Amino acid sequence: MRLIVDIAITHIVGRGRQTLVAVLGVAVGVGFSIAMAALMQGGQDDFVARLVDTMPHVQITDDRRTSSIQPAETAFDAAAISGLRPREDRRGIINPAAASAWLEGWVPGRLAVSLNTQVVVRYLGRDVGASLVGVEPRAERAVSPIVADFVAGSFAALEAGGTNVVIGDSMAERLGARLGDTVTLVSSTGRARDFRVVGLFHTGTTARDEREAYVLLKNAQILAERTNVINEIRIKLDDPDTAPDVARRAEARLGYKAMSWQEANESILEALVVRNVIMYTVVSAIMLVAGFGIFNIVSTITHEKARDIAIMKSLGFSEGDMQRLFVLEGVAIGAAGSALGWLLGFALVYGLSQVRFELTSTGQEISGLPIAWSLLHYVLASGFALASAAVAGYLPARRAARLNPVDIIRGAS
Amino acid sequence: MSALVEAEGLTRILPAAVPVTLVDDVTLSIAEREFIAITGPSGSGKSSLLYLLGLLDRPTSGRLLLAGEDTAPMDEATRAGRRLATLGFVFQFHFLLPEFTVGENVEIPMRKLARLNRRQMRDRAVELLEALGLRDHVDKHPDQLSGGQRQRVAVARALANDPPLVLADEPTGSLDSQSSEQVFAILAGLVRERGKTVVAVTHDLAMAARMDRRIHLVDGRVVSDERAGGQ
Repeated sequence: MRLIVDIAITHIVGRGRQTLVAVLGVAVGVGFSIAMAALMQGGQDDFVARLVDTMPHVQITDDRRTSSIQPAETAFDAAAISGLRPREDRRGIINPAAASAWLEGWVPGRLAVSLNTQVVVRYLGRDVGASLVGVEPRAERAVSPIVADFVAGSFAALEAGGTNVVIGDSMAERLGARLGDTVTLVSSTGRARDFRVVGLFHTGTTARDEREAYVLLKNAQILAERTNVINEIRIKLDDPDTAPDVARRAEARLGYKAMSWQEANESILEALVVRNVIMYTVVSAIMLVAGFGIFNIVSTITHEKARDIAIMKSLGFSEGDMQRLFVLEGVAIGAAGSALGWLLGFALVYGLSQVRFELTSTGQEISGLPIAWSLLHYVLASGFALASAAVAGYLPARRAARLNPVDIIRGAS
Repeated sequence: MSALVEAEGLTRILPAAVPVTLVDDVTLSIAEREFIAITGPSGSGKSSLLYLLGLLDRPTSGRLLLAGEDTAPMDEATRAGRRLATLGFVFQFHFLLPEFTVGENVEIPMRKLARLNRRQMRDRAVELLEALGLRDHVDKHPDQLSGGQRQRVAVARALANDPPLVLADEPTGSLDSQSSEQVFAILAGLVRERGKTVVAVTHDLAMAARMDRRIHLVDGRVVSDERAGGQ
């Protein structure tokens, strides 16, 4: 086998320029697919990270997946029951203290309870519908998407107690309210109370900036006339990937609908899968082109080396030896191209990671391209390159191996 | 003493629209230490017979025994192995591998056989080349040598694995008379001094006359098979 390797190396090195072209072809293919994979993966990771950051990883609400069974239905087996109207339930998570204590016991992350209700925010005769979130500021800090995004005032002002509210900057704009103004919150039961605006946040998510208001949990409960009720537990996990497991376990035990962020964003995640398929298709196409380059050079070598093949066969090399020789030459070109492609890919990815640009819409955020550094991209790209090199080398190699030495010797003499 | 090569009714027909018979019902036996010329006009099937004897080609019909062993059931790899270990080829054109040095060319069959270590292979290559007067050319590339020198390298390569049988196809066909004489002397030496059997295809009748046995072919058939000393 050493001998075959030596002959292969001699053949390849003996054809400097053509080898270089083929190697560069593979290298460019490998390099660009690495760069593209890094960019697309980076974009995806960045997108998912933003998605994950802006929402709880697991959200437990007081809904149930299936509507509750009426007692009459369980009591009377064969009877058809119609027209029964369930008693108005007292909505909310039953025994929230026990539920959150149980969750705190095992969930690897932090959680916060809240009461979500619908209110109308009224200021100077203008009404804006809003989702009111009653929170415990200390716990909320760990799970909230808005804490770090204040443009005026701060989240901490809520902690001080009192009838204070923080709203999104877009909502404030629509109301015409400013920091320190007093707005009126009107609940669905008709109760109204005045709150002072102590903070304005801007998350960049319009729905949130325009439609959310945060007050102390107790204030929300009073406003909604639902004392001691909470209807949502939000969990931020140390590892967002464990969310489905946590959600499943919580739902099994508590009976309430527990939704992981993956479930909540299923359609978006599905779209990402499609994006990946497209990416790998393009990468494959690049590699296919590089494969043709290898096919070309190995094919040329076998044509030019027809005489040598006949000689080696007459000396006692078998068809298998010849085949190994030329497949090896293809793979060697693929390997050299891969190695060079790694360098090229690394350089490209590094170059891309240095690009900085300004987001024009806000004008304030300087942002770079999201880049994922992943060894997997390198392994995949070179694996694909080597595989296509082996195939590209195999086809002409098989032809060469089957050459009848007599035909060539006859032709030469 | 068993025959080195035994052919019975060896026939090779090239399949085509009009099949061409290259070798037609050849029966012969080759013993050790023979020095044989295969002669005949162009197209008489001399080379084709040699390729059959050298396992480079398969007969259409007939039997070929090498050292008493039937070659028909051998697969391609086994035949390649026999070529490597028991046969040496010398062609009209030297057929050296151009990328390798003279020494490496001689070493390649030894490396393929892998019976010696690298040092021994090198020593043997140098020794063979030295015996053929090429001591100073071991590290040159084939294209730096003259035609006669290259042909001698080819002989050295054919001897690399010390095969009992050397097959030569017009070994002097492309050489000037002086080089031809030199190569002929070497081939004769293989028989007389090293105890090899040499079968050489040639159309040089003067040269054939100096060999021990002459097999004359016409249209693929053996028309005469005579030994020196008139038999």
